[in-house]
Amino acid sequence: MLSLNKVSKVYKVGTFGGKELTAVRDVSFDVNTGEVVSLIGESGSGKTTIGKMVLKLIDISRGSITLDGADVSDIRGSDVKSYYGHVQGVFQDPFSSYNPIFKADRVFSLIRSEYFAHVAASEWSDKVDAVLRSVTLDPGQVLNKFPHQLSGGQLQRLLVARALLLDLKILVADEIISMLDASTRIDVLNLLAELKGRGLGILFITHDLSLGNYISEKTVILRRGSVVEMGATDKVFGNPTHPYTRMLVSSVPQLHKKWADIEAELGAPIAGRGGCLFHEAFPLVGQSGLYLPDDPTMVEIEDDHFVGCFDLESEKAPALVA
Amino acid sequence: MSLQVTDLRVYYRTLAGDVKALDGATFAIADKEIMGLAGESGCGKSTLGNSLIRLDGRMKYVAGSVNLDGNELPIWDKTGMNQFRFRDVSVIPQYAMSAMNPTRKIGTMTAELLESRGDSFKEIKPELLRRIDLVGLERDVLNRYPMELSGGMKQRMVMVISTLLDPSLLIADEITSALDVSTQRAVAETLVSFRDYGFVKSMIVITHDVSILYQIADTIMIMYAGKLAEKAPTATIINKPLHPYTRMLVSSLPEVGVRYKDKKLSGIPGSPPSLLKPPTGCRFRARCPLAFDKCTDEPPFVQVDTDHWVACWKATGTDA
Repeated sequence: MLSLNKVSKVYKVGTFGGKELTAVRDVSFDVNTGEVVSLIGESGSGKTTIGKMVLKLIDISRGSITLDGADVSDIRGSDVKSYYGHVQGVFQDPFSSYNPIFKADRVFSLIRSEYFAHVAASEWSDKVDAVLRSVTLDPGQVLNKFPHQLSGGQLQRLLVARALLLDLKILVADEIISMLDASTRIDVLNLLAELKGRGLGILFITHDLSLGNYISEKTVILRRGSVVEMGATDKVFGNPTHPYTRMLVSSVPQLHKKWADIEAELGAPIAGRGGCLFHEAFPLVGQSGLYLPDDPTMVEIEDDHFVGCFDLESEKAPALVA
Repeated sequence: MSLQVTDLRVYYRTLAGDVKALDGATFAIADKEIMGLAGESGCGKSTLGNSLIRLDGRMKYVAGSVNLDGNELPIWDKTGMNQFRFRDVSVIPQYAMSAMNPTRKIGTMTAELLESRGDSFKEIKPELLRRIDLVGLERDVLNRYPMELSGGMKQRMVMVISTLLDPSLLIADEITSALDVSTQRAVAETLVSFRDYGFVKSMIVITHDVSILYQIADTIMIMYAGKLAEKAPTATIINKPLHPYTRMLVSSLPEVGVRYKDKKLSGIPGSPPSLLKPPTGCRFRARCPLAFDKCTDEPPFVQVDTDHWVACWKATGTDA
């Protein structure tokens, strides 16, 4: 449904924009109906930049984003408005997502004035009530309240409800539970999982591997703007192959396994042979022009499990060795 | 017994009245023990940590005593605590990123800190360099400004400075929360190594992330709404908790390997009570699935096993 095709974001930095900084490099993946795709990366990996590009908050430098086949990379004006009718985002900090001067339910009336100006007031309030119940909120408890009177979990759910009022296809959830308490975050997470049952595609951006693992069908691991490993979640976590993914998986604090045990379980990384492991291992590469230095490749090592090539020799190797 | 806290009460002064953020905590920490302190936000865990080293202006000492290695800590006395701070009790602050003076080179800053304590930088410098090597930093960091270091490096540097005078008790408040997973692990393992090298005798690690505690802590203490709920060895808290709050908290944590489609986790319904006028009896009563008549009386924090304390009528079996 939503498809990213070799999307890149290049920032101009330095005096007079003389230098270029590639924040996101050639990222391609799809988010399909009823699917949660988690985008996992450490700080500076470009995960939020990708979310912002999908939400058209920043421009795309190269590549394209399509929604249901239509290219939305360069849309302007009323096209953007109708795009926002299908694609919405919820962000990390629920308290700064709201204007503290107005009541929290103002987010609903803003949607109404923009998209549903013709709907009668009673019909609208029924619609709001229904959507609030669907995110397990009690309308009486949350309507007519100021943001500071509601809890973080309630505010995040209100924002999800706001997005659901539209004919939503894609929800970008950028670290939406990292500021919530352990006891309530799981409820918001379960809500996302229920939404996918209604045919929503969710781009779940997180730095927390265990959350991504819990909820998503598909996992994309980012490092310094490039995809290092992606595919079905159970395959990426069950058989992490890229050294970076292995390092991440072995560093996640787990509840019933100590770090040393996880490391022993994963074993040593695949022995280095210099150069790029996958390009050497793949006989097709080089012959048919499958691999181009400027166009780093993902290699499918098993069904629905792609790994970016890497250089085991050099310590400071970029994610994809050219 | 390294640290013995008895019935410690610290309230916050507000216009609306006293917020009873820490309402009677009695516990002990043994030598060489790393105790994890966990709970939801607003349950009083940072208040407990801060009160052992420095009460800020809003905090009011109400009652209780703190005994460290046989000395009574005058925690109500800001200047009286000076002789204990950093020598006996030290802290790694929550935001290590901004804990260092940005206008001083790290070496200069450390020297000034030591001299303010009446110690000679020259004498301590060899030990400082040795510890910088131990945490995997270059000795050159002393000639750099804090802004030249990454978040994880700053965190480790602050850890070295905080423990330079070999304090007996170290309080680490949410020090891994803002870090990436790989850095988080390095910092957590450094904490354990500090204990193993004997730089600190015992440690309180405050965090909301129970899975970090499982990795590094010897014992875990769970707090709820200003009260202690349970304290036990790490494995017991994770595998056989007695307090319903601990049980629900631990089972609500997603971990690698648990999938929504296989096993749906559930949160704890409701929210913690206001500490301005805390409910009488057991404070978890309103959210507890096991609550019964007896819970209107306040459950005492009693020992049920070796090293296992819990405050719950159901768990202590008084009426079961």
